Amino acid sequence: MDQFFFAAEVVANGLMTGVMYSLVALGFVLIFKASGVFNYAQGVLALFAALTLVGIQQGQIPFADLINAAFGTSLHQFGWTVPAVLAIALTAGVMVLLAFLIEKLVLQHLVGQEPIILFMATIGLAYFLEGLGDVMWGADIKTLDVGLPQGISDAIEGATAEWFGYGFFIDRLDIWATLIAAILVAALVAFAQYTKQGRAMRAVADDHQAALSVGISLRFIWVMVWSIAGFVALVAGIMWGTKSGVQFSLSLIALKALPVLMLGGFTSIPGAIVGGLIIGVGEKLFEFFIGPMVGGATENWFAYVLALVFLVFRPQGLFGERIIERV
Amino acid sequence: MKTTFTALVAAGMMAAAPAMADLVVPNLSYRTGPYGANGTHYADGFNDYFTLLNERDGGIGGEKIQVPECETAYNTEKGVECYEATKDTGALVYNPLSTGITYQLIPKVGVDKKVLYTPGYGRTSGKNGKVFEWVFNAPANYWDGASVAIKYLLDENGGDLSGKKIALVYHNSAYGKEPIRTLQGLAEKHGFTLSEIPVDAPGQEQKSQWLQIRRDKPDYVIMYGWGVMNQAAIQEAANIRFPMENFIGIWWSGSEVDVLPVGAAANGYKALTFNGVGMDYPIYDDIKTHVIDPGKASQGGSHVGSALYSRGMYAAVVIAEAIRTAQELAGTAQISAEQLREGFENLEITPARLEEIGLPDFGPEIKLSCDNHGGSGMARLQQWDATAKQWSLITEFTEPDQEIIAPLIAEDSAAYAQEAGITPRDC
Repeated sequence: MDQFFFAAEVVANGLMTGVMYSLVALGFVLIFKASGVFNYAQGVLALFAALTLVGIQQGQIPFADLINAAFGTSLHQFGWTVPAVLAIALTAGVMVLLAFLIEKLVLQHLVGQEPIILFMATIGLAYFLEGLGDVMWGADIKTLDVGLPQGISDAIEGATAEWFGYGFFIDRLDIWATLIAAILVAALVAFAQYTKQGRAMRAVADDHQAALSVGISLRFIWVMVWSIAGFVALVAGIMWGTKSGVQFSLSLIALKALPVLMLGGFTSIPGAIVGGLIIGVGEKLFEFFIGPMVGGATENWFAYVLALVFLVFRPQGLFGERIIERV
Repeated sequence: MKTTFTALVAAGMMAAAPAMADLVVPNLSYRTGPYGANGTHYADGFNDYFTLLNERDGGIGGEKIQVPECETAYNTEKGVECYEATKDTGALVYNPLSTGITYQLIPKVGVDKKVLYTPGYGRTSGKNGKVFEWVFNAPANYWDGASVAIKYLLDENGGDLSGKKIALVYHNSAYGKEPIRTLQGLAEKHGFTLSEIPVDAPGQEQKSQWLQIRRDKPDYVIMYGWGVMNQAAIQEAANIRFPMENFIGIWWSGSEVDVLPVGAAANGYKALTFNGVGMDYPIYDDIKTHVIDPGKASQGGSHVGSALYSRGMYAAVVIAEAIRTAQELAGTAQISAEQLREGFENLEITPARLEEIGLPDFGPEIKLSCDNHGGSGMARLQQWDATAKQWSLITEFTEPDQEIIAPLIAEDSAAYAQEAGITPRDC
């Protein structure tokens, strides 16, 4: 019986982990949906956002090492700290500015180019942002604390122990991540459905040329979409950064989002969520039942194999749009 | 025009290459990539000790030391590229701080006749100098670490671990798998149950592993991790309320960057170390006077005194002492890599010598020989105080269980000798 409850605990934790993967996948979906670009830099955007948030929060002087090396100074801190909410708002502002600069300096020059060219540009952008983040805020691992609780939920452990005689482990950070992801998805869907800008975004996603012909500004839409993707990256960065510190590895969470996208489809917001949940639960259950027989550490492998199976049978993913091109 | 260009290129090459008379010790470091935060601290300590010797003493034996740095990003291919790019600059010794790079360099250093010094990492059986003529891994290796951890737990349990459950959480790589055979041997000898729990790199997501630990309730967890895997594991241990005092990391899982992101919850976490911690050593006065204050510290001196900085500095200390020994043996200050190898094989760092250097009790006594390239294998434990944000040493240097380790080293090095067609030396 304990084995059953343990499996149930694994499923619950898999669902929560899946939400964390979905948070990263959402950023990819937004940009792909609106511009057909697979944004390789989405993971680095999460790292950059988290680095900026910690830097602002802790009153760190940006480019301090560069300034000190150039002028022989010893500057590091402004001497103040910024409350978490204000720091998040300021970081969101930085991400909007970054979106504007990306559009102005990169995307604008590539209008009409093949998607593969835009994809290559995002690879360059990823490396640029990686270096920029290091130079701006330093390469040390940073502690991110915006007041989110971590650790086992006593309430859930107590309640399940009373009901089933087995106390479930659920991380409080994962509960918060689930709530925040739910709000984020609801807000994104509402924005896309009920606002003028959202409808314009969907129009661009459906047909660039048609959208342009009715007066929708492609530049504005791109800046807006990259800003939203930057904000989603900030949320993902906060969640993953709270878990294990803000450091380079945070950019590698994008690798966890790829199978989610392959499974859920590159153009569907609900797909990113459902894909994340399936990957989260699937990899945890596989590790639980099969892992011990094959030496463990199967999670990364399983996620990609599952995605591959979906690619074979449903190339557009669970919720993706089927692309039919007639000769 | 052509002549001017050629002259400029030649001048550039001369400026970039170390002067041939200098002692060249390349620093194959990593300051970028997923392990950049760890590599930066280590590289800074390594650089700063040689800067100290250059600034304070004019080098070693009157010869300045050049430490050209090459970024590997912890990538094995880049590490090999760095080795190839620097080996003809008069390089004496390499310390790449990567087990993957070490495995690739072992056959190369034998051909190129360069010393490979891998303190606390690399191929454990490199300790056997009869087979690995050019490799040194003193003062301790991965198997020593595993054994010292078990010895500590034996002490904690009145010498009896029978019936206890110990879990090994490890980086699913050549490095992380190193202690498995040793721990299996120790489990058989002492009667504890060992469970092996791998974590795929980079290791940000470890929920499955820690749910398993929560279910199995091991008495102790030993970790062989690196980079983000360490922070994630310590955080997950705190999440499931695993007692931190029963959680022991290898020395590569015992730096400030591993525990600081976890905050107060990391209090009490333990890790092995083969070098001292903190800044309570006289050498730091000299580093301040000759390196930091004149603005010559690596990366501005922001990492001075951290656990990994101390380990990088200690690696430089051992190399410098081997160079000094080689100079005495050869009767010349301008030594070759072959002469440095002799220096390593005759290296002796006594407690008195460590005190002279300004690092009393900083490391175990080292005495190497033709067949013993790994020293005594002694290590000690440190514990994290989250309030004071510092490590404290909680044991003296402890010898590992050679009864278990020595046969494993003999077996592994014999296998390598057969595979590489090496006839072991008579020592």
